[in-house]
Amino acid sequence: MAERYSSFEPASTRWVLQRVTAAFLVVVLAFHFFLLHFVHHAYEIEFAGTQARMENIGYFATMVAFLVTGTFHGVNGVYNALINQGLGGTQKRVVKWVLVVASVGLVAQGVRVAVTMAGF
Amino acid sequence: MSQSYNRGRVEDFGRWREFSAGMWAWIFHKFTGWVLIGYLFTHIAVLSSSIQGPEAYNTTLQGLESLFVVRILEIGLLAVAVFHILNGIRLLMVDLGVGLEAQDKSFYASMVLTGIIVVASVPTFLSEVGV
Repeated sequence: MAERYSSFEPASTRWVLQRVTAAFLVVVLAFHFFLLHFVHHAYEIEFAGTQARMENIGYFATMVAFLVTGTFHGVNGVYNALINQGLGGTQKRVVKWVLVVASVGLVAQGVRVAVTMAGF
Repeated sequence: MSQSYNRGRVEDFGRWREFSAGMWAWIFHKFTGWVLIGYLFTHIAVLSSSIQGPEAYNTTLQGLESLFVVRILEIGLLAVAVFHILNGIRLLMVDLGVGLEAQDKSFYASMVLTGIIVVASVPTFLSEVGV
């Protein structure tokens, strides 16, 4: 049946960005999972191997882009799901800024970790 | 041409027995999305041990990986991630108007493929684990 269910207002900026980040994340999340669980087993991961991968500027940039797009996609999804459940008014503004602060904090800490791993 | 049916609101979870495939897809996509964003915060917290030095990083990761329950949680994470990816591709296709008439079948296909990939991955995720 041709029915669709979405938490988003179609064609809004957040709706478009959610799709654009999704297209990127589908590829990179699959790559990340495959590389760190099947090519390298998670129990074999050591700092030296992590650093060797992160020193590669292309890999480093991909992982930082993965962090930023993943954070946006996840937090934007949560925000829209809450709006869809009827969040509005002051609660909506509070939730929005809590999510913005959490996102900025997560990305900042993630970049700090990435730079440490790469040894830059 | 597509037909429109009044199936009621998907947010009315109490009537879940009446839900169609698209409504289940919507719920599972929301659930797996919440798990994945929650995991992302946990993942960065665990990897932050690298800031304390290589030894702390190695000890933290290997300590976690030695726990059977962590391996089981990783299999759960794989299931969640694979479904979210496959259903995400399905949603992108639906948004592009591709295969709209088969969106229920593509949801079932996402479920079956997720199950196959997860079952096939169990040996990899449980190798070299202490119980």
